[in-house]
Amino acid sequence: MKAPKFEYAKPRSLEAAIRLLTDAGDGAKLIAGGQSLGPILNFRLAQPELLVDVRALPELAVVRDEGDAVFLGACTTHAAIEDGRMPDPTRGLLREVARTIAYRAVRNRGTLGGSIAHADPAADWMNVMALLDAEIVAHGPQGERKFRASAFVRGPLTTALAADEIITGVRIKRLSGRARWGYYKVNRKPGEFAEAIGAFVHDPERGVARALIGAIGDAPHVVADARPFVTGFDLAAAEAALDAAGLPASGYERQVHLVALKRAVAQSARASA
Amino acid sequence: MSTTLSLTVNGAPSAAQVEPRTNLADFLRDELMLTGTNVGCEHGVCGACTVLIDGVPARSCITLAIACDGADVRTIEGLDDDPVAALLREAFADEHALQCGYCTPGMLVTARDIVTRLPEADEPRVREELAGNLCRCTGYVGIVRAIMRVLGERRGAR
Repeated sequence: MKAPKFEYAKPRSLEAAIRLLTDAGDGAKLIAGGQSLGPILNFRLAQPELLVDVRALPELAVVRDEGDAVFLGACTTHAAIEDGRMPDPTRGLLREVARTIAYRAVRNRGTLGGSIAHADPAADWMNVMALLDAEIVAHGPQGERKFRASAFVRGPLTTALAADEIITGVRIKRLSGRARWGYYKVNRKPGEFAEAIGAFVHDPERGVARALIGAIGDAPHVVADARPFVTGFDLAAAEAALDAAGLPASGYERQVHLVALKRAVAQSARASA
Repeated sequence: MSTTLSLTVNGAPSAAQVEPRTNLADFLRDELMLTGTNVGCEHGVCGACTVLIDGVPARSCITLAIACDGADVRTIEGLDDDPVAALLREAFADEHALQCGYCTPGMLVTARDIVTRLPEADEPRVREELAGNLCRCTGYVGIVRAIMRVLGERRGAR
């Protein structure tokens, strides 16, 4: 199908963009690469009155190495991360995940901020940011707001972002040299949305052992204390986490998430990049 | 309300009035009569509409034309004199990498990206990279073989 009618604006400053959102009430949508919103518009699932293109906002292009963290502007493309054109504080996790997002033609335009704002439960960045306890930075009429990634996403396609706020970027803490991670997604074909995502990170120097169960049709389930997995996969701990994530007690959906988590833990045991 | 769009298509400057809702594929096909770009699924999955925007592959069905203001767009018609595309066209013909031809413009744009960006790609990687371009008649055997052949030729020529 073809997209419905809408107006289009491409402001040059964050203030101008926020003003457009404020004036539009609920009638505006932000667009960057458009790789999620494009299909949604073509399906007419969204019928905004105004699209505000954020690609000319300088704040969203900022990439800053802050020492113990890296700030990646919202307009960072998946391809830029995949190609190693951005600093990676995660010992290769961001790069490896980026390579598996959709297809190269999509990765060339799709953005980090757009993916997070869209908050598809089966998409990668929201899950990665929740795993890494990253900080989502947004700007609105009242100035800057910061969110913990795990609290930012409220449910499927639903975030804590107000209608007049714009994600400017993500702050990702640096993993130490001894950190290990695993990220495994089950999908029918490379680039498809995941049926299940399992992830695990252990950073002994920072005292971090976190696991994640994602693509559960809801906000990702974070296991903030995943120490049982530090020495290898622990079935009892995994079953408890799957229960807490609200997965059914048996059947395919539970099994596929169990396998994803198991493989992520196994992957974390290999020599990290 | 239509808006003025200025961009470069296949090396030539182009300006037109477009509605914001017009996607790049429809603009290329209906306004510029560049019908080599095919429209398949219209939601970014099939890859038939893949073109180059500022030198890199992109889905023209989910890219608004107006979002390409100032961009350099290259379609399959604009790859006539491209040396890599020439090698690929020959290999696609020899290896029976097309039958109905509907996916072929997008396949060639993606194939060109694979051989230029990933010169060391092996067959599993080529298949992975082709996941975003659907072919529903020829099958992928000939397509993969054609791309592997061009990769090999280019490695041999170094």
